[in-house]
Amino acid sequence: MPFTIHLSIVVFLPLAAGLVAAFLPPRTGRWLVVAGSAGVLAYAIAMLVDFDPDAGGLRYVTDDSWISELGIRYQLGVDGLNLFLIALTALLWAPCMLWAALRTEDRSRLFMFHMALGETAVLGAFCAQDLALFVVFFDLMLVPFYFLIGGWGAGDRVGATTRFVIYTLVGSLLMLAGAIALGVIAADGGNLSFSFAVLEDRIVGEGTQKWIFLLFAAAFLVKAPLFPLHGWVVDTYRATPTPVLVVLSAVLSKVGVYGFLRIVLPILPDASEYFQELMLVLAVFSILYGSVLAFSQDEARLVVAYSSIAQLGFIVLGIFSLDDKGAQGALMQMVNHGLVVAPLFFIIAVLTARAGGAATLERMGGMALRAPVLAALFLIVTLATLAMPGSPNFVGEILILFGTFEDKLAYGIVASVGVVLAGVYMIRVFQRSMHNRLVPGEEPVDLGGLELAAILPVTAVIVALGVYPQLVLDRTEEATTAKVAPAAEIADGGPSVAEAR
Amino acid sequence: MTALAQVQAPDIDYQGLAPLFALVGGSVVVLLAGLFKGAWVQRVLVPALAAAALLCAMGFSIANWETGDSAPIIEGALAIDAFAQFTAMLFYLAGLATVALSVRAPVTRETGMGEYMCLLLGSIAGMVILAGAENLVTLFVGFELLSIPLYVLCAGEVRRARSLESGLKYLVVGSVGSATLLYGLALIYGATGSTDFSGIAEAIRLEGVTGIASGTVSTTDPLLLTGVAMTATGLAFKASVAPFHQWTPDVYQGAPTPITSFMAVATKVAAFAVALRFFDQALADAATQWAPALAALATATILIGNLGAIAQRSLKRMLAWSGVAQAGYLLAGVVVGSKLGLQATAFYLAAYLFMNVAAFAVVVARERTTELGDDIDSLRDLGRASPWLAWPMTIAMFALAGIPGTAGFIGKFYLIDASVAGDYAWLGLAIVVGSMISLVYYLRVIAVMWMGRFEISLPTIPPRRVRPVGGWSPEADARAQPEVAAVAILAAAATIVFGIAPSPLFDLARDVGSSFSALP
Repeated sequence: MPFTIHLSIVVFLPLAAGLVAAFLPPRTGRWLVVAGSAGVLAYAIAMLVDFDPDAGGLRYVTDDSWISELGIRYQLGVDGLNLFLIALTALLWAPCMLWAALRTEDRSRLFMFHMALGETAVLGAFCAQDLALFVVFFDLMLVPFYFLIGGWGAGDRVGATTRFVIYTLVGSLLMLAGAIALGVIAADGGNLSFSFAVLEDRIVGEGTQKWIFLLFAAAFLVKAPLFPLHGWVVDTYRATPTPVLVVLSAVLSKVGVYGFLRIVLPILPDASEYFQELMLVLAVFSILYGSVLAFSQDEARLVVAYSSIAQLGFIVLGIFSLDDKGAQGALMQMVNHGLVVAPLFFIIAVLTARAGGAATLERMGGMALRAPVLAALFLIVTLATLAMPGSPNFVGEILILFGTFEDKLAYGIVASVGVVLAGVYMIRVFQRSMHNRLVPGEEPVDLGGLELAAILPVTAVIVALGVYPQLVLDRTEEATTAKVAPAAEIADGGPSVAEAR
Repeated sequence: MTALAQVQAPDIDYQGLAPLFALVGGSVVVLLAGLFKGAWVQRVLVPALAAAALLCAMGFSIANWETGDSAPIIEGALAIDAFAQFTAMLFYLAGLATVALSVRAPVTRETGMGEYMCLLLGSIAGMVILAGAENLVTLFVGFELLSIPLYVLCAGEVRRARSLESGLKYLVVGSVGSATLLYGLALIYGATGSTDFSGIAEAIRLEGVTGIASGTVSTTDPLLLTGVAMTATGLAFKASVAPFHQWTPDVYQGAPTPITSFMAVATKVAAFAVALRFFDQALADAATQWAPALAALATATILIGNLGAIAQRSLKRMLAWSGVAQAGYLLAGVVVGSKLGLQATAFYLAAYLFMNVAAFAVVVARERTTELGDDIDSLRDLGRASPWLAWPMTIAMFALAGIPGTAGFIGKFYLIDASVAGDYAWLGLAIVVGSMISLVYYLRVIAVMWMGRFEISLPTIPPRRVRPVGGWSPEADARAQPEVAAVAILAAAATIVFGIAPSPLFDLARDVGSSFSALP
């Protein structure tokens, strides 16, 4: 099909809309931004349709010199690794924009502008095929979220946003140092280049790999977040406005783990193998820690926050099983987690609104009878979150566990406990809010138009992927296998890549 | 035969000296024009003449632009290479910004507009000489010509005790710095027998890879090293490099804000310009002696500057400490002693100019519209009140912190790149750690502007045209000082533009890099 996809349009369309909207009257401006994100979604769907699973390699490549003096190229591309993450970003940002456009009263143009900048930065980070460009977008992501949480959040929003940004920027700056050092050392006096393809060819020595690995891991683990770098999570999840929290939790957390697959495994294979056990321990610890704390939380948002830590633990477990099945499961799970978390936060927002602004589970209950649509959608999402067979999450977690069982049986067994715990804490939330008696002061009203528009499409996608997970698996297999291969070979007793050179 | 015929008239390169003539001539003209007491002369003509002198100098500098290691003029005393022209350009830009910020500043009323502008132009002339100095004597002449007008300008608000204190402190500390510098220069002359940079480089020349001294002086000669250390100390005073930075917050806070802005930007550029030329050209072969010491100073400066800034509530003090930290980053470019380091420093100096000018312009604007002075509270809710000032400040803070999309990010990237490539990877890491600490205080400024409590305020209908009362009213509305807002917006725009499309600045930096042919 002679149909060209320009990734620059995908990446910069939201920002362009946001910039133009900033100079329009607020009423028209906000709809322009919504239209921009809808345009990105349409484009992403076109890309998904157009994507040929058998072609291999990078598609829709844009490759221009940006800062030639520093060897930084403006290089964008899509392969099986980021295709679905781009689609996920587009899919989730659109309802959030809609929600923001209708529910933001204070300085709505500025809010929409920051949301748009956030979408551009995330899409840029997913599309980037140049390490320096990736770092630029990765850091840029923080700017809009800093304003969104600090300007429109609840409670101690300034403290929360400051903690969030400092945590993540400390990680990002370490990564920046690591990225520059990697580029310079890999070039070894030759032409400086940060292109992933070039860096995959210029594997550096094992000692260098190790310390650069730690710098990158700091950035990605904070972003995910994984135990013990999750200190920013509680305050941030409490303070963040709903549409921002949806993309923060569903999409931003994926940029970190995506970085492991895209950058760390293929470019630092020896170090990935060396630190495999450490990462697995952190992953398993995050699964248990997140699950246990999710069970004991009273605030609905925090249940999801801690369950996210557990889920991200699963994803990292899959990646560092250094097995192609595990990695593919991890990628599948990245998409799944995004898909379930988004409606969950919207539903919590609905419940909170119905409960008169109370965010705790004690103040919720008995909604199921009076609000059947809400209850039905919530049930689907809950079952997907606890990885019921028939849900896409089931496929993802099974693949991750398969990948782990092959070489790292002990970690796999411990991680399976996490699957059970997920059932416990998710069913608890569902029961407490939907069953029991109505709490006085609660208004049992079913979903309104906007709420339905935000929750229903995403839930439909969950069901669709549950029925046909091959859609994702077929298109991601080749790319994930290729990215895991160098580290997997070393883990299987192959020669060190650094020494082989 | 008269005696006159016996004397060989020195060959003077008038074209090369044209920018200096424009500056010095301009300073005389504004001084004389300032004698007329008419309001129009004071408020419009004199600043316009000063700006015209700067623009003329800028034009001459552009005309003199040439790449490569061109020969210095006046018997090897003054370089007119791309490096000198580039830094001169930064001085002129800083000067133009200062003129704009000063037009309505109270200080010009007290010192007299003519005298004020005359001193400003004189100081810029000193900077141009300093940045082009290829000779120890020229270096000192430039150093003093730069400093003495600034001592006066700092104390310009003669009825404000803080301003007087600032001027006195700067005079005392500056004189100690100058004296140390002069002593150091004398010792270097004593060791090498030459005041020319080329002569000094010749005297300590190391030959080939074996590093056998082919010059007359060993690079470990105690006399030479003592001289280098004292010179470095003198320059460190000017550049506010720790531990010689203690005067900075006090002087910056007390000085009239336009002058603070000028000192923060132009003086620092001048100090680094001469440091680059002195260390990377005259003393390049002794790098193994001075580089580790400077690297240690850079690390200390980064840490001390950033930690010191955290506790500040006064924006000027905060920017002073942040300037100390930035000096540490810049020093990394000097330490590595490579072409890459030179280019990275030149790039960062330009970025540093834009981001600081934007920040100081907003401080000037707020100082005149609120009664809170330069306290951080003067910025409270600025995002709602006047976004055209809040955005430049936001951009400046993000740029200083090194967030992508700004010139500050590219500059830091370049400096870290140069550090790693020059085998000082840990210095790159120090820059990164410094940036982390700096987030605390830069983000606080942004939070104050954008994240205040939401208070409903009745919209006031602004008067259609605000007429500044008598031209100097500190209570005048922000719109009464369009030139200040313009400086802030232009500088912030430059910060963003060079953060997204830095190629023009890189091209200039490459030309600058070609000035020192001896560097690896």
